[in-house]
Amino acid sequence: MYPITPYHYLVLSAALFTIGVLGVMLRRNVIIIFMSIELMLNAVNINLAAFSHQWQNAIGQVFAIFVIVVAAAEAAVGLGIILAFFRNKDTLNVDEMNIMRW
Amino acid sequence: MLEAVVFYVLAAFILGFGVLVITARNTVHSVLFLVANFLCVAVLYVVLAAEFLAVIQVLVYAGGIVVLYLFVVMLVNLRAVPEARLDPRRQSRLGFLLTTALLVEVIAIMVYSANRPGAVSTLAPTADVPVSGNTEVVGWLLYTDYLIPFEVASVLLLVAMIGAILLARKEA
Amino acid sequence: MIDTYVVPTLKILVLLNAVLVAVTYMVLLERKVIAWVQVRLGPMRVGPHGVLQPIADAIKLLLKEDITPARADRLVFTLAPIVSMVPALIAFAVIPFDSEITLFGYTLSLYVADVNVGLLYIVATTSISVYGIILAGYASNSKFPLLAGLRASAQLISYEVAVSMMLVSMVVTAGTLSMVGIVESQREAGVWFVFIQPVAFVILFIGGLAETNRAPFDLPEAEQELTGGFHTEYSGMRFALFFLAEYANMIVVSAVATTLFLGGWLRPFPGVGALAFLDFVPGWIWFLMKTFAFLYVFIWIRATLPRYRYDQLMRLGWKVLIPVAIANLIVTAFIRVLL
Repeated sequence: MYPITPYHYLVLSAALFTIGVLGVMLRRNVIIIFMSIELMLNAVNINLAAFSHQWQNAIGQVFAIFVIVVAAAEAAVGLGIILAFFRNKDTLNVDEMNIMRW
Repeated sequence: MLEAVVFYVLAAFILGFGVLVITARNTVHSVLFLVANFLCVAVLYVVLAAEFLAVIQVLVYAGGIVVLYLFVVMLVNLRAVPEARLDPRRQSRLGFLLTTALLVEVIAIMVYSANRPGAVSTLAPTADVPVSGNTEVVGWLLYTDYLIPFEVASVLLLVAMIGAILLARKEA
Repeated sequence: MIDTYVVPTLKILVLLNAVLVAVTYMVLLERKVIAWVQVRLGPMRVGPHGVLQPIADAIKLLLKEDITPARADRLVFTLAPIVSMVPALIAFAVIPFDSEITLFGYTLSLYVADVNVGLLYIVATTSISVYGIILAGYASNSKFPLLAGLRASAQLISYEVAVSMMLVSMVVTAGTLSMVGIVESQREAGVWFVFIQPVAFVILFIGGLAETNRAPFDLPEAEQELTGGFHTEYSGMRFALFFLAEYANMIVVSAVATTLFLGGWLRPFPGVGALAFLDFVPGWIWFLMKTFAFLYVFIWIRATLPRYRYDQLMRLGWKVLIPVAIANLIVTAFIRVLL
């Protein structure tokens, strides 16, 4: 357990990803679901940074920066959609966001 | 030795705050635990000698994206929303079981491949970069080898900004 | 062993104590300077010329009753002043007061850490301090503080963009992100950067005023507006923490401006050999004098200028400062590539 190999970081990343998936599946508040998606993106970033450290190649960190950029864009647009929906239906429960269903 | 202690403490904090994010009743508390999670991940990046990524994580993720989440939470004025009505089509316990099975499976694969190195693919270290230092190397790569994704990312941010402003605007 | 653990710990202890005493006496300095500008004397009773006034204030604030609003979120209510104060304090870790001094035959450098990304670290801590204001407004469970908190944080994040653009152009000029490296590049250039980048200096000054919620940009916390802003419901030591956090932020902005533009610990005109007789003054005295000059100008501006209205403030941040900062960055990059 003592020398920290990249496998330790992979296990940590997998556990954080699992927590994110649980958040998306178990919670009904759409903002909490979005935050769980951010947790998953962070898990991927930890993975990339760990591999970049193992192989001493900065490409992992460059990719992690692009992941952060995409997460920022997605958060902005997603929260805009949530706000627009909230103004019309006054709910944040994903189970009630079903106006396109029959 | 010190690195092992730091890693285990950080891992405990990251996973602990992650669990608190998805289980807090109050949404504002959830957002605060998310900020704490991101700060601990930034410290983890410093341990991995990626200090530019660490400050970008704090600056953009914890200092920008989560502030946006906090603003939206306050604008919809949430406090301890009772998630009472359970949709009968949802089966949470099955989801929990499946996710735990997935995690155990991933860890099993990792432990298995850790004990049997076998054919490991290698990645060459970053070569022929005439600058030294983490920030400089990342900057060099962004502006030479990965210039096109960099420009596409800036267009993506512009489009996202316009889209967010249009979507969240009040009907005039 | 001593070099990696003991010396930095001692430096941190000395620095924290010095900063906390400095912010406490900033309160007195501000009251005195504003009083002199308004042709009166300020605190004069407690101690000779009011020198012990901050101690009296501290004792009063510590002895006040600890009031929490009803149905307020206790965790967040207690957390908000801490989240306001801590980033201001930890930003001092990368500020270089001097490069090397000899103390009792032992050479040490007067900064806690020389991080490769020192300037980005300071911007990151500034962006964390936005949380203190939002959480204070939210936790008070009352309309006025909530609105004032959202306003103040919107102002902060707007001016953060302009200041970050300006800092990028400073990095292009200096060629490095580390604070010590920036001062060293000013020594190599032989001139303070304020003469090379006056536009960036002005942007940092205005942005610094807006980031620390100082007049004339102090609409979110003025007593005449929104009944006291985001710290309406706070009293006693928590209120004191908000104020001390604001003064600590002011000192950080002054120290950053000194390091980036006024040459840190260098004497005026470090390239001109004829002024070498000024070298008998130690570097950290130059640094403290320049920072003090900045703080004095901050207080002077507060006593003189009227307040900006909120829409004027946002217009200035988004429509004036950001285009000017971007133009400055483009011109700096061109000149740096061509020369």
